[in-house]
Amino acid sequence: MKSSVITFPGSNCDRDMDVALKKFGFKNKMVWHDDAELPKSDLVVLPGGFSYGDYLRCGSMASKSKIMQSVVNFASSGGMVMGICNGFQILVETGLVPGVLLRNKYLEFICKNVFVKINDKKNKYFKNVNNEVLEFHIAHNEGNYFCTNDQLKEIEDNNQIAINYCDENGKIEDQFNPNGSIKNIAGIFNKEKNVLGMMPHPERMIDTSLSGEDGSLFFKNLINNLK
Amino acid sequence: MKISVIITLKKDVLDPQGKVIHQTLDGMGFDNVNEVRQGKYFEIDTKETDNDKAKAKVEEMCKKLLANLVIENYKIIDLK
Repeated sequence: MKSSVITFPGSNCDRDMDVALKKFGFKNKMVWHDDAELPKSDLVVLPGGFSYGDYLRCGSMASKSKIMQSVVNFASSGGMVMGICNGFQILVETGLVPGVLLRNKYLEFICKNVFVKINDKKNKYFKNVNNEVLEFHIAHNEGNYFCTNDQLKEIEDNNQIAINYCDENGKIEDQFNPNGSIKNIAGIFNKEKNVLGMMPHPERMIDTSLSGEDGSLFFKNLINNLK
Repeated sequence: MKISVIITLKKDVLDPQGKVIHQTLDGMGFDNVNEVRQGKYFEIDTKETDNDKAKAKVEEMCKKLLANLVIENYKIIDLK
């Protein structure tokens, strides 16, 4: 399976993602934001970081970079595109997934482990994951998911919510919402579910000695689903 | 030609920064304030000399980059 990780000026989780993808069997290529063409890929990842220093709105500048037109075309033809953290912010600014990510409700940069509950498994990202709840890591200042009421209705009607913040038992309540996101949303899909944007970093949970293994679970499952 | 643009958050979008500024003003003794909403201001110096054309271009800039219309409104306020 071939993957591509896009590096924007200010990306800082691109190499972590590269390590994670390779560890679980992807042949990964790093792609510079100013390139026009995507290499042949089964998965394209927009990594975390602070592209363009978060100027104007997080992800807004990166969403207009040269490579993004190819990423949009790839996604439109059914290609798998995953945006993590700043990558999620780039996806919403591109319009590949609905909504926006606002400043965290309590104005704090949040850096900690969280639990998320998988809301939908009828997609290539979470199909066959045995767990209902995964422990991932978040590190963001603007992860407060927001959308209009009309958008929310559409998202819910199409079952586009991927994961919600919860406790270790999968209880989705306000007290387990770290950043003020509507309905505890931590990640969403596009309508066709080939595009996933999420704030948590699975690539930070691939080693027991550093963190945990729920990211390993996610990537192992993902590559099997793509085969 | 110089054009100014103001971007504001839509009414139903939470503005935690505005809230903190409000609280701080309150603490400083400015206790007459009902609400503070924080926004953005741009000055764009364009080569365009025709008023209508310049305005139309800036409007396009607002829609495509300067504002995110899910949460923000834009207002083109000044042409000179």
